[in-house]
Amino acid sequence: MDVEVLSRIQFAFTVAFHYIYPPLSIGLGLLLVIMEGMYLKTGRKIYEDATRFWIKIFALIFGIGVATGIIMEFEFGTNWATYSKYVGDIFGSALAAEGIFAFALESGFLGILIFGWNRVSSRVHFFSTIMVFLGSLFSAIWIVVANSWQQTPAGYHIVGEGMNARAEITDFWAMVFNPSSVDRLTHVWIGAFLSGAFLVLSVNAYYILRKRHLEIARPSFKLALIVATACSLLQLVAGHHSADGVAKNQPAKLAAIEGHYDTLAMADMFLLGYVNNKTQEVSGLKIPGGLSFLIHGNFNDPVKGLKAFPEDERPKQINAIFQFYHIMVACGMAMIALTVFAVWQWRRNRLFETKWLLWLFVFAVLLPQVANQAGWFAAEMGRQPWVVYGLLKTSDALSKTVTANQVLFSLIMFTIVYLLLLVLFLYLLNRKIKHGPVSDHAKEELEEGSKRNNPIMQQ
Amino acid sequence: METFLGLDYNVWWFLVFGGVISGYAILDGFDLGAGALHLLLKKEQSRRIAMNAIGPVWDGNEVWLVIGGGALFAGFPVAYAAIFSAFYVPFMIFMVGLIFRAVAIEFRSKEPMLWWRKTWDVVYNIACIVIALSLGLMLGNVAYGLPLNEQKEFAGNWMSFFHPFPIMVSITTLALFLMHGAIYLTMKTENRLYTKMHLLANNFTVFFVLSFVITTLYTLLYVPHLCDQFRQSPGLFLLPVLMILAIANIPRQIKKGMYRYAFISSAVTIALLLIMVAVEIFPYLLYASNNINNSITIHNAAASAKTMKILLIIALIGTPLVAMYTAFVFWTFKGKVKLDEMSY
Ligand code: HDD
Ligand code: HEM
Ligand code: HEM
Repeated sequence: MDVEVLSRIQFAFTVAFHYIYPPLSIGLGLLLVIMEGMYLKTGRKIYEDATRFWIKIFALIFGIGVATGIIMEFEFGTNWATYSKYVGDIFGSALAAEGIFAFALESGFLGILIFGWNRVSSRVHFFSTIMVFLGSLFSAIWIVVANSWQQTPAGYHIVGEGMNARAEITDFWAMVFNPSSVDRLTHVWIGAFLSGAFLVLSVNAYYILRKRHLEIARPSFKLALIVATACSLLQLVAGHHSADGVAKNQPAKLAAIEGHYDTLAMADMFLLGYVNNKTQEVSGLKIPGGLSFLIHGNFNDPVKGLKAFPEDERPKQINAIFQFYHIMVACGMAMIALTVFAVWQWRRNRLFETKWLLWLFVFAVLLPQVANQAGWFAAEMGRQPWVVYGLLKTSDALSKTVTANQVLFSLIMFTIVYLLLLVLFLYLLNRKIKHGPVSDHAKEELEEGSKRNNPIMQQ
Repeated sequence: METFLGLDYNVWWFLVFGGVISGYAILDGFDLGAGALHLLLKKEQSRRIAMNAIGPVWDGNEVWLVIGGGALFAGFPVAYAAIFSAFYVPFMIFMVGLIFRAVAIEFRSKEPMLWWRKTWDVVYNIACIVIALSLGLMLGNVAYGLPLNEQKEFAGNWMSFFHPFPIMVSITTLALFLMHGAIYLTMKTENRLYTKMHLLANNFTVFFVLSFVITTLYTLLYVPHLCDQFRQSPGLFLLPVLMILAIANIPRQIKKGMYRYAFISSAVTIALLLIMVAVEIFPYLLYASNNINNSITIHNAAASAKTMKILLIIALIGTPLVAMYTAFVFWTFKGKVKLDEMSY
């Protein structure tokens, strides 16, 4: 395999792995703020226990998120040197801002969030929780702005030619508020809230089914259900906005998303389907003219198809893009159905009696994860063959001095390390969940432990 | 060239970048040092205390590296691209070191089994040593210079990294962090563990001074381009003199039991070391050892003036904020380590 393919695989793999964790931290951050806020307001111990329990899980998730994020920061330089030179002027400022405004805030207060219970007052602790949450929101802002600029460049001009061409900033705010950044940021944020909320739902549904920690599990489940329902519905709106934006700014991507080749044909919208890349036809369940309607508000107007773009300016893996996009939408719809039904059961006071529903919630934690990953794959593969849409091709963006063997080495290394991390993460998460939100009587245990001459009693 | 207070933007950004890197070396330096001596602590309780001494702060300290990466990318994209693609393999090893350090700290305390904890102790210790060595190796190579082609891309192979000079810098970095970490731990520990740290701090100071002197002598004899600036402006010799004073102050303060001052001295030592490196290489960011005209400088690698201005504004707003909450966090966790139920 050549350097380009290997570097793309490596980037996709490392960033996709990274993206398992940040949405969980952002989403759990929101729920921690809510739970701790409830604790401060009501003073009830159950909320304190719930907060402490989720902080421990948060710490575990956050740790891996940080470890895998640092790689991303430098991978632009290691594998995409030409791209880094090309976009450095623009992209770099977003990354620098991210470090200084977001990560520093987040990691600084994280220490207090995790270790500060006995050192600061409960108000200061709550303040730290809010800061950590804000920090994680900010980090999403800058990184999504940078990525959106790649999708829909704005506020720049090109200087130099050929090998030395690069983009320079002309208007900072136009760069920040490029045509897709606001839509995509809201979409990403809500996706993250869903990840967090569904994790809390899943764990508490499990406790309720197992009849453990009921006094904590029930109110926590309800809190998370409210967040999940609101966000599932909002995500539909945000997703629709994104799709509108894609239609305007990246028509080739839109065509790929729906496997739409022929400009003249009525543009259908598929619920499920399969794109045959050879015959350029889609078979599946469709709403005839749906795509035309989505874009023009009219079932008959034409939508630009893939054939309208030169071969080398349109993505190749149409079926993959199509599938990723439709998986995301299907997950979104499933979350809406699940949460709305659960709220309805709640109103009928049947929420915790419906066993199968709770079991669905136990596994539904995967829905937002799958949707998030699929969404990114659709968005990023749909951008191909451009690394900066319309300006720079992915094949031109590589580091010229890096060899295929070096990338193969690092790819193998990351694969091994990340698989190990994932296994350990799941194992420890499982342990924590099994242990549950009981207040550790750690002090007593410690004393007991020292009697047994075993100082390691901490959970 | 636009200027601010008489210096052009590029120089300002060079200073900011240098400041961030020094911040990183000072802050993460003690975490890494504490980690690199971890296995010298034998008892479970001591290891826990040592880990919890850095527990609430190491993550925030590591962020300085992230900021540094962003600062280089933003201000000097050409240097960012060239340096990280040139150091591909050592950098990936450095990164894996960072991953393992982070997860070792996080995972170690999560299970009570002794074998589990021992395994993570070893991983943690090795990771910290690998990080310090690879960081030093890269720093040494940046100072020494690498072969670059006309496009300012790396034109050597992996053998290019292993000159004696970078290797010495690499060992000196490890020694420096060990000293710094041991001093930090004297501030954080009590009783027997404290006595041990006291001893280690002294020994590592000796180790550092030795490797530093050897490296300096070697530089004077064999790496002339790193001495040019000093030859041209002898006033700069104030820097090494200050540094020797700072180093000499360390054992003195330790003896008096003023660990905070000892710690400040070793922080100052790190800063002075990096300032000296910066003075030596300025205005180069990466010196081309084959042909000086191919070198990457703060002028030919820079982002546009507009970006530089935006960056300086970001730094002006951001730095006081970061300083504020860093100080707040350190203040919250000041004093000796006390283990409680949320500890690692
Ligand atoms: C700011 C920049 C940025 C951000 C925030 C993201 N990416 Fe991206 N992504 C890139 C910048 C980028 C890139 C450097 O531009 C790549 C490398 C090669 C390419 O074509 O684009 C890329 C490629 C790329 C590919 C490979 C596409 C292909 O080669 O066909 C995938 C699957 C993803 N990314 C997935 C993600 C995920 C899951 C993200 C969520 C965190 C993500 N990206 C955020
Ligand atoms: C290629 C793109 C990305 C890069 C270069 C990147 C870089 C980083 C870095 C360097 C860290 C560690 C910071 C620290 O030390 O505290 C990190 C963590 C984090 N990143 Fe990313 N990141 C990327 C994608 C994303 C995306 C798309 C999001 C959010 C939508 C995100 C959100 C976060 C958050 C919230 C953290 C804190 C750790 C955590 O919560 O897991 N990142 N990232
Ligand atoms: C319910 C209907 C949904 C629609 C119509 C929709 C639409 C879209 C569109 C058009 C894009 C591409 C945007 C671009 O390339 O600029 C996208 C990307 C994405 N989607 Fe969705 N989406 C939906 C649901 C979801 C859900 C439920 C999640 C996660 C929980 C999700 C997560 C993402 C992510 C992470 C991306 C990549 C980032 C981005 O480009 O904004 N989506 N979505």
